[in-house]
Amino acid sequence: MPILETEVRWVKPPTLGLLDRLYLPAIAEGLSTTIKHVFQPKVTQQFPEERPDLPANYRGLHRLNRDADGRAKCVACFMCSTACPAHCIDIVAAPSPWPDREKYPEMFVIDELRCIYCGMCEQACPCDAIELTSMFDLTGVSRAEMMFDKEKLLSVFDQTAGVGKDPVRTKAGALSCASEPNV
Amino acid sequence: MPIETLITIAVIFGAIQGFAGGLVYVERKICAFMQNRIGPNRVGPLGLLQVLADGMKFMMKEEFVPHYADKVLFILAPTIGMIAAMLCFAVVPFGPTGNPNDPAYADTYQFVMAKNIDIGILFVFAVSSLNVYGIILGGWASNNKYSLIGGLRSSAQIISYEIPLGLSILGVVLMTGSLNLERIIWHQTAHPWNIFYQPLAFLLFMISAFAECNRLPFDLPETEQELVGGYHTEYNAMKLAFFFIGEYTHMITSSFLMVIIFFGGWHFPFIADADSWVGLKLIVFLTKMFLFIIFFMLVRWTIPRFRFDQLMALAWKVFIPMALVNLVAVMFVKEFAGDHLWILTIVSLAVLVGAGLITTAPVKKVQGVSV
Repeated sequence: MPILETEVRWVKPPTLGLLDRLYLPAIAEGLSTTIKHVFQPKVTQQFPEERPDLPANYRGLHRLNRDADGRAKCVACFMCSTACPAHCIDIVAAPSPWPDREKYPEMFVIDELRCIYCGMCEQACPCDAIELTSMFDLTGVSRAEMMFDKEKLLSVFDQTAGVGKDPVRTKAGALSCASEPNV
Repeated sequence: MPIETLITIAVIFGAIQGFAGGLVYVERKICAFMQNRIGPNRVGPLGLLQVLADGMKFMMKEEFVPHYADKVLFILAPTIGMIAAMLCFAVVPFGPTGNPNDPAYADTYQFVMAKNIDIGILFVFAVSSLNVYGIILGGWASNNKYSLIGGLRSSAQIISYEIPLGLSILGVVLMTGSLNLERIIWHQTAHPWNIFYQPLAFLLFMISAFAECNRLPFDLPETEQELVGGYHTEYNAMKLAFFFIGEYTHMITSSFLMVIIFFGGWHFPFIADADSWVGLKLIVFLTKMFLFIIFFMLVRWTIPRFRFDQLMALAWKVFIPMALVNLVAVMFVKEFAGDHLWILTIVSLAVLVGAGLITTAPVKKVQGVSV
């Protein structure tokens, strides 16, 4: 259907008056704006000293959650490594020594260099065992160092538990006990 | 006297380079403040040692010359740029100067390297226009299309803006009766500053000076967005630093000239008169100059860049006619108005408003094409 003549709105460029044509008032206005900014509070964050206040749904380094007994909550179901689009999660399952679950991860390695931090692993996890934290400044001097094994991922939990930022996406305690029972 | 002059030259040569480095810091800080940032603050207290760090970086870097470049001209270009900028400063008073009509003037120390040069302004313009050789040779010797375009733009721009720059000042020269910069200052100690009589000339001179210094809004020769770096795309290390020192020296010289020609040099009513203490005059002078430099920087981070055709149109269609009309107005007022020089102020502003009115006149349509 063609556009109706009545619906067409013609816009004419504004005609410049004498003051607009001299450009000096416009320049003065621009200068007053920029000078006003000189005295405004600064927004710079002095990074290493000042840490950014990240939003609660920030997707940073992974952690493996512990249950109330200090064990990894993971039951080695392979849902996360199946969901992972970057294939960066490597799990070796073994029969569980505890009566409350069938399997546990004998080895759980995440290649943090391959990970794209999409958060699909934590969505896939049926027992809230893997979560993304707000830690973003992970560095290493070798590739091997960036392969985070089970111990390292559990230690991330110990560092970030109780910060208050995690967990936010998982339904804490819906299928198994909450990730951070004390919080 | 030669010993004094030699010491002055050595001191000023060092001081200007240090000051140019300091200006980089000031510029970065002002830029940062305007964008609600903090700016350099890591090296030394308040980031003050940033200047030294930058200088070290320039000196420690590898001196690299592209193999397809014209080696001789490639190295010559920044040298010319810097020498031209430094040489300009020879006749520019940087502190209080006495009465040039006094017979004892030649025997007393004056804050200028070459004192009582009667072609002062001409010398400044002649030497500062050599700067364009540095830029265009740099652009050509780099053997790079971006550099060449930058160099070409620069030559067109600098040559165009030199005309209004010179024309705007002729009115002041007529009023003073001398091209000698010390005489121009001395004239203003007895009369009101030239800015009050010739605001239009000052406006034209200042804007042309912006263009001459390749400062934003006229930094077409080095537009990062379209020309990578313009004429200094292929330059690095000390050679690049030379270009920058030249550019900042130009800015310092322009600021000094604006103060000398339009704002009475070291003179300030009730604070610094002819018989005031030398140090006070020096402080007044340098403060005025520094305020202009701050203004240069404020403008740089405020006004967006011109398009090249707009830049040329501004020089040829607006500034040159206005400067000519202004010159004629000064002649008429000087010839017929006698002591009523305030008429000149009114005429000057009337020319500005008149120029504005011409452009607001309704545009004639010729077969649908606006002319």
